[in-house]
Amino acid sequence: MSDYHDSHDGASAGDAGRPETEHGMNRRQLLRHAGWFGGAVVLTVASGEVISRIADSRDSNVGAAAGAAAVGSGELRFVQVSDSHIGFHGPANMDVAGSFGEAINKVNSLGFRPDFVMHSGDLTHLSTAGQFDQVKQLMAGMKTDRVFTVPGEHDSIGDAGRAYRRTFGRGTLGDGWYSFDTHGVHFIALVNTLSLEKLGHLGNEQIDFVRKDIAGLSSDTPIVVFSHIPLFAMYPQWGWSTDDALKVIALLRRFSSVTCLNGHVHQLFTKTDGNITFHSATTTAYPLPKPGRAPAPTPQVVPARQLKDALGIRSVGYRQGDRELAIKDQRLA
Amino acid sequence: MYLNFRTAGRRSRTAAGLAVAAIATAGALGLLSSCGQSPHSSSTGAGAITPGPGQRQTAGMPGATGSGNAAGSASSTSPMPGMSMPTSPSSAGAPAVPATGNAVAIKNFAFSPATLKVKVGTTVTWTNQDTDAHTVTSVGSGGPLHSAALSAHATYSHTFTEPGTYAYLCTIHPFMTATVEVA
Repeated sequence: MSDYHDSHDGASAGDAGRPETEHGMNRRQLLRHAGWFGGAVVLTVASGEVISRIADSRDSNVGAAAGAAAVGSGELRFVQVSDSHIGFHGPANMDVAGSFGEAINKVNSLGFRPDFVMHSGDLTHLSTAGQFDQVKQLMAGMKTDRVFTVPGEHDSIGDAGRAYRRTFGRGTLGDGWYSFDTHGVHFIALVNTLSLEKLGHLGNEQIDFVRKDIAGLSSDTPIVVFSHIPLFAMYPQWGWSTDDALKVIALLRRFSSVTCLNGHVHQLFTKTDGNITFHSATTTAYPLPKPGRAPAPTPQVVPARQLKDALGIRSVGYRQGDRELAIKDQRLA
Repeated sequence: MYLNFRTAGRRSRTAAGLAVAAIATAGALGLLSSCGQSPHSSSTGAGAITPGPGQRQTAGMPGATGSGNAAGSASSTSPMPGMSMPTSPSSAGAPAVPATGNAVAIKNFAFSPATLKVKVGTTVTWTNQDTDAHTVTSVGSGGPLHSAALSAHATYSHTFTEPGTYAYLCTIHPFMTATVEVA
């Protein structure tokens, strides 16, 4: 099952035999990883913004760097937006198109132009052609060179994702997965919302894709993985996990630093597991309850002035020389 | 050009698809992605976005500053198959709580009752009493329950002709699970 606490049970395929250490990493990997992440992410709230900053990094400005206007050459900046649910209409948010528009304005006023924007799923609420058209046109207004997407379960209702792929599937493989490279970082975009049986599911064909995709990569290559549903067991009771993610996690163990960015849960959450750090993103539509704090993960109605505090975007900066990744989450408010 | 459009349908968990989706064209990736023209990208291509191995074009779509962006051009997608609106309930309306043995309420993101026992030949009707949409979908492949997205007050009916246990869920909210037991 999707439990990462004792993931080195030897049952997973593709697990290169590593010397056993406390974190399942050899010393070199550990040093590399510490150089990038410092082993911990510090969440601080300053002037209404949640900033996740890497502890003990040699450059104490790295957290702020993600939002800084000065962009050095060779520096990667990208933005994650998630869960816009275009087509949703309810007391939790009567204008999801409006709040997604505000998120886009936020992206366009970051003070730098992101290299790309990734929307990590639930672009639409009900997978209709009209909703796909609307979200595509909204995203075309983002000042960036390229906009990437992965589908959420709301983007693949009743048709195994065909309408989604008609709109966003160009250049993708299989059911919509793909990879790309920029600034020395390898990005993998996964689809885990099609064969849902309570939990997210990747499937063997996609896991084989990952195996072949990373086969030629040096273990020093920073890896960033996007998926809609978390690849870690955030709260399986509500389906916030992926039942066969461990097979992919095992393939990624050899890399010095892996960052998995997901949506679906509509709230910020960070978990570090050895060389892999997972970050759940917030939403541009409506908040969901914290795990176990409600009977079910249903849209939460908050006072209007508080809604924007619950919504936001995430910008990520990466400097090739420093092996550091800075993640900054910003509210729409 | 779209790659690998698979026929729709929920694939079985046990099906081990081992074929790789696209055949890699050997050799260097000759095609650079269509995200040049970026002033802050170095001309060496370090700042370019290039597709991964075996992929001949970059996924995604151009942003406002990307090349080849025709802002505002509506893509001509055809209506989604199987997304016709379900019929509204009759004026009689379904009871708020299933009192009879052939009704399931979808309320507060749960199927009620979670286990319904009926005889062979019974027609079971699901009624969505939430404002959010739900589906009634058999777990796994080959099951008989496949509703469209049910909007508020919409209904879905199915007549069970074979005995057995029918597990189903809402594909929009997969934590919603229930069963119908037909004897």
